[in-house]
Amino acid sequence: MAWFKRKTDGSEGKASRVHIAEGLWIKCDSCKEIIYRAEVERAGRVCPKCNYPFRISARERITLLADPGSYEERDTTLETTDPLAFKDTKKYRDRVRAAMQKTRADEAVVCGLARIGGLPAVLCVFEFGFLGGSMGSVVGEKLTRAIELAIDKHVPVVIVSASGGARMQEGILSLMQMAKTSAALQRLGERRLPYVSVLTDPTTGGVTASFAMLGDVIMAEPRALIGFAGPRVIAETIRQPLPEGFQRSEFLLEHGQLDLIVDRRDLKETLRRILAFFADQPSQPG
Amino acid sequence: MPDALDFEQPLLELETRLATLQAQEDSPRLREEITKLEERLERQRQKTYASLTPWQRTQLARHPKRPHARDYIRVLFDDFIELHGDRLYGDDAAIVSGLARFEGQGVVVIGHQKGRDTREKIARNFGMPHPEGYRKALRLMQLAEKFGKPVLTFIDTPGAYPGLGAEERGQAEAIARNLREMAGLRTPIVAVVTGEGGSGGALAIGMGNRVLMLEYAIYSVISPEGCAAILWGDAARAPDAAESMKITAPDLVRLGVIDAIVPEPVGGAHRDWDGAAAHLRAALRSHLGDLASKSGDALVAERYEKFRRMGAFEEASRPRAGL
Repeated sequence: MAWFKRKTDGSEGKASRVHIAEGLWIKCDSCKEIIYRAEVERAGRVCPKCNYPFRISARERITLLADPGSYEERDTTLETTDPLAFKDTKKYRDRVRAAMQKTRADEAVVCGLARIGGLPAVLCVFEFGFLGGSMGSVVGEKLTRAIELAIDKHVPVVIVSASGGARMQEGILSLMQMAKTSAALQRLGERRLPYVSVLTDPTTGGVTASFAMLGDVIMAEPRALIGFAGPRVIAETIRQPLPEGFQRSEFLLEHGQLDLIVDRRDLKETLRRILAFFADQPSQPG
Repeated sequence: MPDALDFEQPLLELETRLATLQAQEDSPRLREEITKLEERLERQRQKTYASLTPWQRTQLARHPKRPHARDYIRVLFDDFIELHGDRLYGDDAAIVSGLARFEGQGVVVIGHQKGRDTREKIARNFGMPHPEGYRKALRLMQLAEKFGKPVLTFIDTPGAYPGLGAEERGQAEAIARNLREMAGLRTPIVAVVTGEGGSGGALAIGMGNRVLMLEYAIYSVISPEGCAAILWGDAARAPDAAESMKITAPDLVRLGVIDAIVPEPVGGAHRDWDGAAAHLRAALRSHLGDLASKSGDALVAERYEKFRRMGAFEEASRPRAGL
């Protein structure tokens, strides 16, 4: 229930919590410091003053994680058939089209084969700018095909999540993508292929309650919002203010829900080391 | 009648009039009146229940007198032994589970339990489980697998509980783990949505080889109220959201999410618990019978294919976008 407290009325475009002002300087929304844009971009869009990781696109994430030129994107031809003929203030199909134009991604997840520090993996990255990274039939199908591809190629899976949860506009079929992706991961596990789940800001709802929490290793970026229900729903349900830091990465680590928190600037190397461990490769990059 | 829904009112008025007539001294003229009124009542019933809106079905699915898991357990099974607790943290009364016999055969039964009166509703958290409820359910499913017993689940929840403790103890992880583990469970699973199928909190015990729905049950990704609040900023537009989201049993057959609809007695399961249970018994017997001879491998493979197919998309001949 209530995975969707984020309105999908165009506000999803303002995914990043930093206001990118025109020009050389930007202001961090976390520490409010004025920072030099080039320095932020060099650091993978992490605030150099407070280490706050800004929300980034799937494209930027893949550039950060995949070895240059190694990414082979898969399954870019799938499109929702709008099974409910859903319309609220806008038609669902129009929302999808607008999201495609805005993000230049075909759907809310980008899937493909990559090398990470020389090691092969299937790498799936969510595009939060695409309808809040929500999971409908296409996202579920792409992820499932990606996991099946990993089984076929005998390589590990890395999924970087950023999602508000299941996509309301596809109703119950969105819910069923939770079952479908989790079942695919069950198969992956049977084949003894590792799955590393990387949780980024925000990961909530049906995505958290399926593949995102099923990693053999689950890591998160600092200060990411991670939870089942959204904080507003919880506050309305329990009618109390929520504790400081509730549902942030550090809170989850403290409560035993995560394996580790990794700074974005160390993410690729950490992934490489973990993949190398499971592949029985030397711990230093070849 | 305090628990009558709006659209039930005209029927109840006719029923009251009928009862009044039946209490009178018998006469040919009275008998004629009674017959006429009975016919009218039947026509009115057919008319009302043949054209229920999704919102009216939602109200029926949530009807305060609708039978709950324990009511079905009492009627359908012999020798039920409730087993409590997740062996980790606590016992969640929002889920009941245990060992039972269905027509002589040992089965493991798991269901959401909403609670009938105020005190029980609170004790059972209105059927909204915490992680320990899902972990108890998984423990029982694994017990069933170990001893080769089928699993029967009864789904009736507004959703998994959105609260502090639930988040601290890993609500999302508990649900996710159940989905993965149910996918690999080497024993038959038959899931029945008996009332409200509230999102991930329902699916977490719902990955059956067969998924059935009672005629007036609903199953949805978010409650109609929650959907309306997001779309129109107004939970009062829940009836519109119920319409848009396609949450009724016939809708879910069309979408390929459920396998069969279990009929309810005229007027809904709350009007006739035994009648509802009888339909459910027949359905369970038939589906358990179909699954009984299948191997663990076949059950897992069929379950995988079943959920693998779910979704609605088409493939274009060339990339739509891309990096």
